[in-house]
Amino acid sequence: MTWLALRQFRAAGAAMAAVVLVLVAVLLATGLGTTDYTQLDVVYTVTLIGVTALPVLIAIFVAVPMVTRELETGTHSLVWNQTVTRKRWLATKFAVGLPAAVVAAGALSLAATWWAGPLDAQDAWNADAVPPRISPAVFMARGLAPFGYAAFAYALGIAVAVLVRRTVAAMALTLVLFVAVQLAVPFLVRPYLLAPVEETVAITEANVGEIRGTPDGLESVGVIEPDRAWTLTNETVDAQGAAVGSLREVAGLGCLTGPQPVPPAHESLVGCLVRLDELGYQQRLVYHPDSHFWALHGIEAGFFLALSALLAWFSFRRINHLS
Amino acid sequence: MTVLRATNLGLRYTKRRWALAGCELDVPAGHVAGLVGPNGAGKSTLLNLAAGMLRPTEGTIEVCGGIPGSGTDQLAKVGYVAQNTPLYAGLTVAEHLRLGASLNPRWDADLARRRIERIGLDPNQAAGRLSGGQRAQLALTIGIAKRPELLLLDEPVAALDPLARRDFLRDLMEAVAEQGLSVLMSSHLIADLERVCDYLVVLVDSRVRLTGEVENLLAVHHRLSGPRRDVDDLPDGQRIVSARHTDRQTTLCVRSENALFDPLWTVGELTLEDLVLEYLSTPEATRPALEVLR
Repeated sequence: MTWLALRQFRAAGAAMAAVVLVLVAVLLATGLGTTDYTQLDVVYTVTLIGVTALPVLIAIFVAVPMVTRELETGTHSLVWNQTVTRKRWLATKFAVGLPAAVVAAGALSLAATWWAGPLDAQDAWNADAVPPRISPAVFMARGLAPFGYAAFAYALGIAVAVLVRRTVAAMALTLVLFVAVQLAVPFLVRPYLLAPVEETVAITEANVGEIRGTPDGLESVGVIEPDRAWTLTNETVDAQGAAVGSLREVAGLGCLTGPQPVPPAHESLVGCLVRLDELGYQQRLVYHPDSHFWALHGIEAGFFLALSALLAWFSFRRINHLS
Repeated sequence: MTVLRATNLGLRYTKRRWALAGCELDVPAGHVAGLVGPNGAGKSTLLNLAAGMLRPTEGTIEVCGGIPGSGTDQLAKVGYVAQNTPLYAGLTVAEHLRLGASLNPRWDADLARRRIERIGLDPNQAAGRLSGGQRAQLALTIGIAKRPELLLLDEPVAALDPLARRDFLRDLMEAVAEQGLSVLMSSHLIADLERVCDYLVVLVDSRVRLTGEVENLLAVHHRLSGPRRDVDDLPDGQRIVSARHTDRQTTLCVRSENALFDPLWTVGELTLEDLVLEYLSTPEATRPALEVLR
């Protein structure tokens, strides 16, 4: 059984290995001893896209066809009628491809993490600063999480293939589901994997980084966010600690309330901030600092591995209902 | 010994449509059994149920003493060559044999190699480039070298030209003689079945219409012809399978365990093909009446 699965996996596995090896080689060639990254923004972007896309590409082009092509060409009825159970057939599909997918995606991710290390470590005020590595835009292309993504994508591909049975439809559904999960996780799951840092700071002219308003008046302010952190919340709270929706509703603020010139005068803005502080308003910050990076990665990888196990369980349950 | 026993076996594939219903079968071991019926009668369904590819909606099916698809012991006992003889297009002939060897503990490598040599297949040829006849032969080789007790074949010769068909059936008969395995084979081609089958199962409209050893079936079915007359007054023990009337003559196909003595009729024998056609072409006359009575 393993021989057959390996034989079927051969071409796809070789292609997968080739892509990863080429990308890793490029990263090594451009990353070793480099201090000046200004000419390398193409490599940076390709790496970001490559690590993000590799798990789902493996799922679509390796995992899905591994099952659907047998169902479409009817070879499943050949192999299921040898002295081997369907469960073992399915187990081999997992055993052959999934570790390879995890290793490929993980290796590329670690190479990217190493390559982009000096860039990711830059402070935000640096001229060619990139998004911090813990921010959602970069997070999924670094560290340990791609190990979990690869396992999840592969298990998703197999489960969808078992369910849908047609190659193209299963590919499309796998892609849609994977993208949906990857879009949802940064908002619905990742913030809660680890307790974020919470702090409440005074609003001063020095630390306010952002003032938003309409011609009708002041809307909200934001303080300068911690460096290299992933800020979840940056909101004004009153003396009791309750969040303020719009600063226009603050009683007794008495500044920037009516129609204003655009932009408003500097003095009136500063006066407004001082007044907010006097009334006991503060700014609440909730964020994951850069020090949470590896812990978040470990937990998220575990979360995706658990999802993969669930999908595998589903596939094994479904396989006996196929014909 | 029974090689396939079905009790009230049924498979429903949509809410109202039954692919197979109320199937009662008891096929003894050691036969080459032919499974005939029109398209959509449930032949493939029955074979798929016997192989364990499908699970019955109702009733039970027992193959070689076990439940189909219930585990490796059962899988080892039953060989199945599906319709269109699916093979891995990218694998060579030799790789298919290797696949068979690695997936079957009872694999007979010698037998497989000898058969491939005799058929004249190039071991290094990809299965995707084989002709229909060669594909069928390779699939049959895998099925036989597995050394099952029962070999299920779904329309194995449908795609073959007459010569390839003859070779295929001759090979099958040789394997049956050498290994003493039982075969259940579906086919449209009654002439082919006539050559190789000694047991017959006729499926019509998802139901078993006729089953038994070919010799016995031929012995109890007779063709009667005589002057035109009403045919409700046949003696006990005789059952009309079909009746045809012209202006002056009536021809009947009758099932009777006893000898026929009515001097009015000329009694003739039926060939297997005649017999099958009589059953396929006439609706089951007794059933609606019975259902009304119930």
